[in-house]
Amino acid sequence: MSGVSPDLLALQVFAGLALGAVYVLLATGMSLIFGMLTVVNFAHGAFYMLGAYLGLLALDATGNFWAALVLAPLGAAAIGMVAERTLIRRLYGRGIDYPLLLTFGLAYILVELVRIAFGTQGLPFDTPDALAGAVDIGVGYFPLYRLFVIAVTILVLGALWLFLERTPYGLIIRAGARDPEIVRVLGIDVARVWLVVFGLGTGIAGLAGLLAAPLQGASPEMGNSILAEAFVVTVVGGMGSLLGAVAAGLLVGLVVSMTALVAPEMEQVAIFALMALVLLVRPQGFFGRAGLMS
Amino acid sequence: MRRDAWIARLTPHRAALASLFLLVFPLFMPFKAIAVNILIQGLFALGFNLLYGYLGLLSFGHAALLGGGAYACGIVIVRFGMPWWIGIASGTLAGMLVAAAIGALAIRTRGIYFAMVTLALAQCLYFVAYQAVDWTGGENGLRGVNVAGISLLGVHLDIVRPLVRYYFVAAFVIAALFVLSRILASPFGAAMEAIRENETRARACGYDIAASRWLAFVLSGGFCGLAGALQAIHLGIVPVETLYYTTSGLAVMMTLLGGMGTFFGPFIGAGVFLLLEEVVSLWTVHWQLLVGAVFVACVLFFPRGLWGTLLAGHAR
Repeated sequence: MSGVSPDLLALQVFAGLALGAVYVLLATGMSLIFGMLTVVNFAHGAFYMLGAYLGLLALDATGNFWAALVLAPLGAAAIGMVAERTLIRRLYGRGIDYPLLLTFGLAYILVELVRIAFGTQGLPFDTPDALAGAVDIGVGYFPLYRLFVIAVTILVLGALWLFLERTPYGLIIRAGARDPEIVRVLGIDVARVWLVVFGLGTGIAGLAGLLAAPLQGASPEMGNSILAEAFVVTVVGGMGSLLGAVAAGLLVGLVVSMTALVAPEMEQVAIFALMALVLLVRPQGFFGRAGLMS
Repeated sequence: MRRDAWIARLTPHRAALASLFLLVFPLFMPFKAIAVNILIQGLFALGFNLLYGYLGLLSFGHAALLGGGAYACGIVIVRFGMPWWIGIASGTLAGMLVAAAIGALAIRTRGIYFAMVTLALAQCLYFVAYQAVDWTGGENGLRGVNVAGISLLGVHLDIVRPLVRYYFVAAFVIAALFVLSRILASPFGAAMEAIRENETRARACGYDIAASRWLAFVLSGGFCGLAGALQAIHLGIVPVETLYYTTSGLAVMMTLLGGMGTFFGPFIGAGVFLLLEEVVSLWTVHWQLLVGAVFVACVLFFPRGLWGTLLAGHAR
């Protein structure tokens, strides 16, 4: 590491945070859905991919990145809500494996439909002009768009926190995650809350995909490998814990960018080595409660 | 006699009956190449079914066991010039070793965590194989797993001929069927089902849950590693996608389609799926839609699978 200057290291930390931001969004959506519905969404990567393609569509239609930034997550949320209403809802109370298997199959269908509609080749996704270029952040020049990704993530997390902790509907969601039976007895339509939460989770996944698209383009497979990485984040952070998703997402992003500095070919493997380590030392993850998953 | 009584009477002979079916199967099956694929994928699904169907552990990392076996067999043959039977033995052993390693980490978690952790660890192996170009051929796959001459007790087997190749592979699959039947009939087999049905009670009865799970994972790895080795010899190449998690998804899907926890279901699932795939790919390249549709249909409408529904009949 002697050849690495402190400035380069600092830049790499920022790059890791930008990457981590995408992981944080993905894992937050997964954790939200799991905490509330006890559904592990194996189609989460597919919704991430849908976000990028819906962004392309919105960009084509409006020519405006800011409109796409709003429309793509809404579209992903709408598709997620349709899936919850028509497919996943039938499986509540039938064992935890069934929704998992169903969403795994759903991912195949979504990916293949995108291949039919947009072709099997990936498509380029231009960085919006207003966010192109680099800015001086004191230690060197850093791509403006990556800073934007970090900022949007912070905003979304802040809004989500306010929504869950400070609004009456957030209170219902948190209560529903603890004891859906009691919430139902109090006269609240829990099924509708589940629908909203599933839409919220898939919408955030769509936002993550849209934010990632200018960095890597849009391709039907983009959600496939990131699903495994989102699982690592969830396992490391502890399933069902939003704080865990944030901490582990940033940590995984940093591990990737630091490994890229030292040994680029080990980038992917490092993520899984981190998970193996956490499993050995603390199987329930940073913020997971022991025995929750039994 | 009632259906249940028939099933109970035939169960001790399940391996022999299944073998008999596999022996006559290619005679009325027009596409011999698919028949070999059905054997190999069926064996892969059988290994998965041992863990999920009989023990109730849902793994999404079985690609690592199949791929580990395939690469071990391929590397032994291509890089070291070893004979085919060492390749098959190495593949089986490698499947068990990979399973031992993944299992040791993954059984520390339970429930749905298990599916996520096995998927992630298998992806790790995929990336390792992708990078280790000198050993695995990386992105291009491991080429040249050519086994030209197989002689057995002085008899030369010309496995280029489809039917000879089928019976060569079938010999291993049938052996695996008898081993599986023996495992299921053993006290360990009963313990597995006890753990699946009621973990707390099985623990109270003094069974070591973690050790049983790990052992079942390793046994499962043996079957899947053997399937991988046979696949390497059959295809003559080990594509790196063998290790990708969609391969694990195929094992899950075929088992689900055939019937979880049924002895012959995985082969029915593999057969029906591969034939459907063959038909569907005649008119569209998007056959993966079929994979997704089978998943969704099985989960929603017939969770027992084809064979399981047939065995259960209308009596439920």
